[in-house]
Amino acid sequence: MTGQSSIRIGLLIPEVLGTYSDAGNATVLAQRARWRGIPAEILVINADSTPPAALDVYLLGGGEDTAQIFAAQWLGRHAQLCHALANHAQTLAVCAGLQVLGQSMRDRSGRDHPGLGVLDINTAPGRHRAVGEIVTTCAFPGIGQLIGFENHLGITTLGPHTGWLGAVVTGTGNGTRDHTGRRTDGVHTDRVIGSYLHGPILARNPALADHILGLIAGQDLAPIELPDQAAMRQTHPDPVAVRGRLRRRPRIPTQR
Amino acid sequence: MVLSGARRGWARFAVRAGCWAGWLSRRVGLGAGSIIGGRVTLWLDRGALSGLAAGRRVVLVSGTNGKTTTSHLLAAALRTTGPVAHNASGSNMADGAVAALAEVPDARYAVLEVDEWHLRAVARAVEPAVVILLNLTRDQLDRGAEVRAVAAALGAALAEHPRTLVVANADDPMVVWAASAASRVCWVAAGAGWVGDSVTCPRCGSILRADGPTWNCPCGLVRPTPDWWLTAQLLAGQGLSTRLELRLPGRCNMSNAALAVAAAAALGVSPRLAAAAMGGLDAVAGRFAVIQRGGQELRLLLAKNPAGWVETLCVLEQARSLLVVINAREADGRDTSWLWDVPFEGLPRRAIVASGERAADLGVRLSYAGLEHSTEPDPVAALAHLPAGKVDVVANYTAFRQLLGRLAKEATAP
Repeated sequence: MTGQSSIRIGLLIPEVLGTYSDAGNATVLAQRARWRGIPAEILVINADSTPPAALDVYLLGGGEDTAQIFAAQWLGRHAQLCHALANHAQTLAVCAGLQVLGQSMRDRSGRDHPGLGVLDINTAPGRHRAVGEIVTTCAFPGIGQLIGFENHLGITTLGPHTGWLGAVVTGTGNGTRDHTGRRTDGVHTDRVIGSYLHGPILARNPALADHILGLIAGQDLAPIELPDQAAMRQTHPDPVAVRGRLRRRPRIPTQR
Repeated sequence: MVLSGARRGWARFAVRAGCWAGWLSRRVGLGAGSIIGGRVTLWLDRGALSGLAAGRRVVLVSGTNGKTTTSHLLAAALRTTGPVAHNASGSNMADGAVAALAEVPDARYAVLEVDEWHLRAVARAVEPAVVILLNLTRDQLDRGAEVRAVAAALGAALAEHPRTLVVANADDPMVVWAASAASRVCWVAAGAGWVGDSVTCPRCGSILRADGPTWNCPCGLVRPTPDWWLTAQLLAGQGLSTRLELRLPGRCNMSNAALAVAAAAALGVSPRLAAAAMGGLDAVAGRFAVIQRGGQELRLLLAKNPAGWVETLCVLEQARSLLVVINAREADGRDTSWLWDVPFEGLPRRAIVASGERAADLGVRLSYAGLEHSTEPDPVAALAHLPAGKVDVVANYTAFRQLLGRLAKEATAP
């Protein structure tokens, strides 16, 4: 892999969309690339700068209501970036970051705010905040279950040609069902992966991180065994499956 | 407050019943007894808190980090004038306040730390003379709410008490926005370590403009002119300069002390006398305590959110190995995502063990930060992974309490 060009990761306005620690997704992508000998750099793009439009992957995280409207307006002012998100980069957008990429977002007072329109989705506030562990089955083959923590009020409706990222096992996710009646979380297109999962999502689900890296690197990547990773997934089991059972102590793999 | 004879008798009975319940709870080893005692009293007499507070000058201490430490610092300062009622164990809801007031019936002053979400109810009952507002940052997002919502609720609570003096940190925009709703504010430039939650304006969402030590927003929210300024160890205010010499470590404790001195001064205690009394404290409810155990000297530190960790990272000593204990129970917040906002990357190399019920979450975070470590969920067993000598132990809320309890039990065991 020597001589390979660097993977450039753009962390978009973390000071605005950083409430739920989703900036960790950038760290995970960069480290997993570096551990395989692929150079990677994280560019933190703050709101007072002009975002570069030629990066490989852009990350958007969760934020509060006022911050979210600010974020949509900020993105809207940078046409080249929007073009990149829609046409040539990979994007991972979580929670509020997912919502701002859609057609519209309705606030708690019932007012609609325009999104970027990169995704055919619409979001409106639900009746109750969805807070807790969430488990979904990923639409991408070979990734299996996605685990995370959700904390949002938004109910997201997907357009007829927009695919979901995960089928909800437990939790809320989008809060809507697909045409077969399946409860879904997030979206996926050939360019954008969106989800309501924090954790951060890539820290909890390294297979999804490697899926994104694989798309950028244009090759399948060899797996990485990280200490504690298996134990972490066991401390966040399917809450329904363990209900009524005694909580197991997390199993820690032997240290190398 | 005018009470009928029977009503007064019942109120007295309710307080006494609470004291018995607390005594019984301590006796059978269930806990410190302040929560159960307060609950029994409140169950028998819903107006117990206002009855117990009547005729006293009550200070409420609230904010995300430093409530317990600041209330201990202020109680030490006010004790120079006589007995003080204080919820020293950190039971910071109405029940803990009731137990603290019932315990010292002759105290003229009361210092009560109050959880941000309980400030409105407690303030309505006790009509505080002073409210200290320390800082507001992200904490337990799954349990409480986003910081801005907390600040808005605090502002609404403070607006209900026009006679109360609010002593607030002028360097935290979120605090300034909340305290601006109050009628009487004493602003203390006490500094801010973590700014991750106040890059954008709490009022309008625009990016705040920083200008030297001050900041402002196009919407009109500006850093107020401070009445007190903290510069390193010197606190200036009321026309004099007071040196703060603390045994408690870290910049955040200087900031806590600055707010406590300003509050004490508002209650008539001279800043110099207050600062001297605060200088005597070396541990607060187990925090910063130093414990000898076998060949190890443990220093216990509490850090429960990114802002607390940013301050704690500055206090860690490189010569010490490190045990970090993380739980994610209800009182901690169930979501461990916040570990990714802690800049562990800057931590110099040392022996590290990841521990607690969420040792694995922490271990994964440390691996991505490039820190070699071992992992052992049981914190007492984890100490065996570390060399003899000095150890910094950093734990979050329930992990800290559990560990402190186990170490205390171990020390008294035959």
